[in-house]
This record gives sequence, C-alpha cells and structure tokens, in this order.
Amino acid sequence: MRGRTIQRHFRESLKSLTRNGWMTFASISAVTVTLLLVGVFTIIMMNLNKVADDIENDVEIKVLIEIIDDKEKAKAAEDTLISDIKKISGVEEVVYSSKEQELDLLIEDFGDDLSLFEQSNPLRNVLYVKAKEPQQTAKVAEKIEKLDNTYQVVYGEGKVEKLFSFLNTSRNVGLVLILGLLFTAIFLISNTIRITIIARKEEIEIMKLVGATNSFVRIPFVIEGMWLGILGSIIPMVVVSVVYYNVYNIVQPRLQGELLQLVDLTPLLYQVNVLILVLGMFIGIWGSFMSVRRFLKI
Amino acid sequence: MIQMNNVVKKYPNGVVAANGISVDIKQGEFVYVVGPSGAGKSTFIKLMYREEKPTSGDVIIAGTNLSTLKNRQVPFLRRQLGVVFQDFKLLPRLNVYENVAFALEVIEEHPKMIRKRVMEVLELVGLKHKVRMFPSELSGGEQQRISIARSIVNMPKVVIADEPTGNLDPETSWEIMNIFEEINTRGTTIVMATHNREIVNTIRKRVIAIEGGMIVRDVFGGDYGYEG
Repeated sequence: MRGRTIQRHFRESLKSLTRNGWMTFASISAVTVTLLLVGVFTIIMMNLNKVADDIENDVEIKVLIEIIDDKEKAKAAEDTLISDIKKISGVEEVVYSSKEQELDLLIEDFGDDLSLFEQSNPLRNVLYVKAKEPQQTAKVAEKIEKLDNTYQVVYGEGKVEKLFSFLNTSRNVGLVLILGLLFTAIFLISNTIRITIIARKEEIEIMKLVGATNSFVRIPFVIEGMWLGILGSIIPMVVVSVVYYNVYNIVQPRLQGELLQLVDLTPLLYQVNVLILVLGMFIGIWGSFMSVRRFLKI
Repeated sequence: MIQMNNVVKKYPNGVVAANGISVDIKQGEFVYVVGPSGAGKSTFIKLMYREEKPTSGDVIIAGTNLSTLKNRQVPFLRRQLGVVFQDFKLLPRLNVYENVAFALEVIEEHPKMIRKRVMEVLELVGLKHKVRMFPSELSGGEQQRISIARSIVNMPKVVIADEPTGNLDPETSWEIMNIFEEINTRGTTIVMATHNREIVNTIRKRVIAIEGGMIVRDVFGGDYGYEG
C-alpha cells in the first residue's frame, strides 16, 4: 500500500468522524460507559485481590519445640530442627522465638497479670514457619510434624483451607464478572458502530462495484473505530485516576499499620489506564472490522 | 470478450433465473438485452460483473473465468468493467468531480492522472461546466451522465448497463443513448438491459431476448419484438 493511500485512509476516517456527528457521539458514549465500568471494576478487583493476598501471606505455622532440660542438648536439637525445616521444599522462612519472647507477646496482648509467670515460664520455645506458597501451608506443616523434637504444630487447620477456597472463589467470580463486562462492551460497541456503517452501505457498495479491494474499503472504517475507542477511553481514564487518587489519599492514612491495605497508586493507575486505552482501541477496531465485513460481500 | 457456456443460476429460494444460457459477445459489440420483467435480464447482467456466481456453467470475461475466480480477485475484474444502473448510484455528499474521481481513487490511481481522466470523461458526457455541483442539484439525465462518466473513467473494455434509461424521460434517454454510442465507437463493448422499445427499434444493434432464464432470440440488428 502506498503512503498516499494510507494518508487518504486517515483523512477519510477523520472526515467520517465529524460527518456522522451524533453517530460518533453515540459510539463514543457506549465506549465511555463500558470502559468506565471496566476500569472501576478492575480497581476494585485489584484491591480485593491484594486483601486476599495479604490475608494469605499472613498465614504461618507455629511449631512448639519439645522441652529438653539440658541446655546444650536443647540448643543443638533446636538448631537441627531449624536446619531440617529449612530443607523442606516450599519453606520460605523460619523465625525463632524463645519462650521469654513468647511470654512478652502474651503480656502485651493480655496485660501485666501474666507477668507473674516470669518466675517459672510454662511456655515453650517456638518456631514460626512461612510457606513460599500459602496453599502449601498444610503440606509443609505435615512434614514438620514428622521431624524430631516437635511438640505440636499449629496452623489453623481447617480454617486456613476454608479461607483459601473462599478467596479463590471470590477471585474467580471477579474474573468472570470482568470478562462478562468485556463481552458486553464489545457487543454494545460493535452494534453501535454497525448502525453507523449501515447508514453508509451504499457508499461501500459503490466502492466495491468500481473495483475497490476489501481492505481499501475496510481500513478507513477500522481507523475510525480506533479513534472512537481512543476518544471513548479519555473520560474513563480521567475519572478512574482522579477518583482512586482521592479515595487512596483519604482512606490509606487511616489504615496505617493495619493488615488491610489499598493497592499503591503507582503502578496501579498506569496499568489500569493503559488497560482502558488498549481495550478501547481494540474494541473499536474489532467492532468496525466485524461490522464492515457484512457489507463487503457484494 | 464475454462468453457464457451453458450457465445455470438457481437462487436459494428455488427461482431459476438462468437456465442454460450460452452466448458469445465480441469486443466492440453493442448488445441490447430485452425481455419481460422477471425473465432473468438482471441476473444475466449481474453474472457478468460477478455480483452473482453461476450455479453451473462458465462465465468468461476478457479471458477470465468467473466461475473459478477467487473473491479477492473480483476487484481486479471489476476494474476492467464499467457498470451503470437505473438509479445512478451516485454518492450524494460528493460533487460531480469527486463522484467520478472516486472510481480512480479506490484503485489508487495517481492524482495527476485522476484529474486528467476525470476532465476528459466529463467533457465526453458534456458536463465539464458542472464539476462543482452536487447530484441533488442535477436533473436525472445529468446524474445518469455522471454515472456513465464514472463507469468509463478507468477505460474499461466493457460497459454493462442495467436499464440506464429506465428512470428518464424520452428526450433525455436519447441523449444518454448518444453517449453510449459514442463510447461504443471508441471500441468499448456495451451490454445494455432495456425496456425501451423505441430505442431498440431505432438504434439497431444486436438484440438478445431472454425469457424464463433462456435466450429465445439473438438477432443482429433486430427489433424489440414485444408488444405493449
């Protein structure tokens, strides 16, 4: 294709945008509304996902160590246990916490009444083990239980599995919702574009009769679709960015130190904006492409 | 130039619009296609520029067999043909010049060449002075002349016309016929479906009569042959 022809296609696509005024407006509105929904949903999903991840990552295994009276033997046994646990595949980190530290934690949580136990501490030394993948927690715990010198292995058995399956389900539901929204968007937009093209059926027919190739007829429409997509994604990008920026700045300071955190502004906003723009262009191009196809069969 | 061998066209609804048509039209001929409504004239015409594909049999235009022609090659066939319709099929938002130039733009002709050719054909159809006007500002006859200009601007070997005078008054029809004759004397083959008895009987050319999807008469210098 010659440069002159490409120029012509771009010129035609722009002409047609202005010429079909309210049709252009209708298409852009359809793109805007659907992309706004997609953007908002994506941000909500990303945040839910982060919460789920945080909860999952908070799951750890607590290993209570068998009490051995001889101090040196105890130290040796603990060291072997730590190195054995580290050898288990899927273990990310092992943190040692002595019984004194454990008591301090309890006193912190339940008050000074417990400080009388400092005389004879009934607690045990503890190892906190974190799995690389939260889903492997149960397996890792099982393996640790088989090692020597473990008194008890606790990880919230049953509860953890339920939590994981709940989080998984909610992730999938979110994904399905977004996919459904995308399909609706493509359907809605290609329909709107189709109406604008039907209005120009005769023009396409004449082009075909005087010997225009299919791609020659199609390309200006496809470029026009791209413009519609780009123009339609401007408002969603601005709205999503501004709203999330403000929500983040209001909500995030109050969540300081909490387990629950919002997803940081960057790179999330860049990602979502790129997603909206690319999606808009793709939907516009695809919608036009499919709609013209019907009228090329002359 | 145009050959049809035992062409059958059966539409999906069961109508058989061509039932074994064989015909041979030589380069430079002028042919009328006549027959009652629904006899298969339009199908005969549409088979030539491949708006319709034959169910069986061969349609050969300038050495190209349309039965085996791939869809993506159709545009290149059409560049060798000019097509004129009863309802002109001009683009209302383009002016006279742009309507004619359109046929050259879509085949990516060089701009300088476009300008030259468009003015040439507008001169031929006698509308050079109305280049800036829009179709809605022209009479029916003038609009048809524009559409003829568009059909011949890329110098086709064949011009196919489907009732080009069907929407025009008698006097204007004669003007249009003069243009077709002029084009024909320059060597372009013309195939014209028509209902206009007076024209067929006055400007004597080869007449092909179609009835029930078959050629019932094929006479050089024949008359219209139908009453009423």
